[in-house]
Amino acid sequence: MGILEVKDVGKRFGGLQALGDVNLDVAENTVHAIIGPNGAGKSTLLNCLVGKLIPDTGSVMFDGQSVLGRTPYQINQMGISRVFQTPEIFGELSVLENMMIPIFAKRDGAFRLQGIDNMMGEKDIVEAAEKMLVDMNMADKREMHAAAMSRGDKRRLEIGMCLAQEPRLLLLDEPTAGMARADTNNTIDLLKQIKEERDITIAIIEHDMHVVFSLAERITVLAQGTPLVEDTPDNIKGHPKVREAYLGEAA
Amino acid sequence: MLGLNKKDASLLVVVAILVVCAPILLNPFPENSSLAQFNAGYPDLMQRFVIFGIFAIGFNILFGLTGYLSFGHAAFLGAGSYAGMWMMKLLSINVIPAIIFSTVIAGVISLAIGWISLRRSGIYFSILTLAFAQMAFALAASVLTPITGGETGLQTNLNDPRILPEFLGGGSAVDGNIPKPSLFGIEMTASFEIPVAGWLWTFNWGYYICGIMMLIAFYVAIRIFRSPFGLMLKAVKSNQQRMNYTGLNTRPYMLACFVISGMYAGLAGGLMAAMDPQVGAERMQWTASGEVVLMTILGGVGTLIGPVLGAGLIKYFENIFSKINKATLEVWFGVFPDWMSDFFVTIVYPFIGKGWHLTLGLLFMGIVIFLPGGLVEGGQRIRKLFNRKSSDASAKANPAE
Repeated sequence: MGILEVKDVGKRFGGLQALGDVNLDVAENTVHAIIGPNGAGKSTLLNCLVGKLIPDTGSVMFDGQSVLGRTPYQINQMGISRVFQTPEIFGELSVLENMMIPIFAKRDGAFRLQGIDNMMGEKDIVEAAEKMLVDMNMADKREMHAAAMSRGDKRRLEIGMCLAQEPRLLLLDEPTAGMARADTNNTIDLLKQIKEERDITIAIIEHDMHVVFSLAERITVLAQGTPLVEDTPDNIKGHPKVREAYLGEAA
Repeated sequence: MLGLNKKDASLLVVVAILVVCAPILLNPFPENSSLAQFNAGYPDLMQRFVIFGIFAIGFNILFGLTGYLSFGHAAFLGAGSYAGMWMMKLLSINVIPAIIFSTVIAGVISLAIGWISLRRSGIYFSILTLAFAQMAFALAASVLTPITGGETGLQTNLNDPRILPEFLGGGSAVDGNIPKPSLFGIEMTASFEIPVAGWLWTFNWGYYICGIMMLIAFYVAIRIFRSPFGLMLKAVKSNQQRMNYTGLNTRPYMLACFVISGMYAGLAGGLMAAMDPQVGAERMQWTASGEVVLMTILGGVGTLIGPVLGAGLIKYFENIFSKINKATLEVWFGVFPDWMSDFFVTIVYPFIGKGWHLTLGLLFMGIVIFLPGGLVEGGQRIRKLFNRKSSDASAKANPAE
């Protein structure tokens, strides 16, 4: 039994069946990749997992609890953190402040009114944020405006912010989309390092096969809203159905 | 000091000194000089400076931190005024219950309006708050006439009950005059004047009570800006999506911010009623809501001191600049030959007196275009200019700065 269980999930947008009977089982402490051609329903599936969309049918269980009907922040508090395709960070704030916010969220929950509490009294939070910045290898940028950083650094910060919450499941939506080769390789190394150092389950949606085959332990191939196969990377590589989905019938 | 870092503490001290010395600082011209009309150090105007300062500080907590532009803050100001008036009519002429009650009532009303308006963001939020404010104005002007006095407004009367015992400001006046708002017997209008050489300094009780309230409001605002709560509000402005996916519920943060901001407006409204015990519905009109937006933008959105400066500038224009008349201009340009003087007077006249809005508009355009950070940014640029001149060598050593 996995930490994330998706059963018979279907989602229809008007006349388009975006997802039909998707079943997915992500085992704890693995890296699970979901791949598929454009329009296969990868992003729709991800949005169903984090509460942005509510599937029409089926169930999504995280650690034995249903996530359906919960809002994104409630699902996050259950232990699922999400990294976006384009890095979503607090651009106007400093890098250190960016890192402090998820740590506050972890400690205080979804809302806590501390109107005139003093930031200087929050030494633990600042220390934890600084430690996380060191882990992410960006301690030298702590006072920088987050928006002023390079794409690769923003991605690194966003991943760091997600990790600072100590999530049990980290969802990555095409984390290397639009990145230069060097940045892509850095991100792969970062994710590998994270996997080695922490007890964390990673589910990753990705186009770039280089990324997928460097990281994933299990791969699910999605095509036209349904899972084609689920197997280890070695078996997926030569699978005829996968080739067909990616290259078309003629191949 | 007081849980502030060095920079904020020194800012607070500077503001405190300015507030205390305002009656002297705002009267730079001797009584009998021709420039005396530019003196702003009379109680009525100084009270308005600090009261609108409070209003703008509160507005800036909402607009500056979260970026939510409310067009309905005059509703809270007006509600605060009415609430304060009723306390002075029913309970006691003492200003303390009036100020407390006006703040509480504005808080309750902003909770209700915020609850609904905060379902939307951006322009839709602005329109919702504007709609609520206009509804509040219509209610005050006609529907709720028994409570608000409708078109004639609300005043203190001789036969108001004022049920508290006399030493707390209750009871009707003995000598047949309507009692004036007071603080344990000290009337808000009471002041003592000190003539020094040609100058006349007026120290007014009402002004100092408003000034103390503004300093408290300013201090609380600094604490909010520097608190984890303030950080969350800045995060709301920056990226709500990331907030939600970081396990934070933005709604209660926004609502708390909106209510705090509304309470600042209510406090300002209560003080206005306490300084001048009459309220009309026009205090709730949308132009009043727009004015506080202008004050905040002129001074510098999201800065601590900016809104106070903006409020001061606009009130100065409204009360001083508008009093320059044709005769004054003729005196100024009298040194030129007649035809030239006539020419200058004709050119300048539309921008002064009743035309002060025109000058304010030009000033506003100039600031928004050239100094998007408002007066505060202007000040920072000037300081930078001086720093560069005095420390050219050290700047070269640290190119990063």
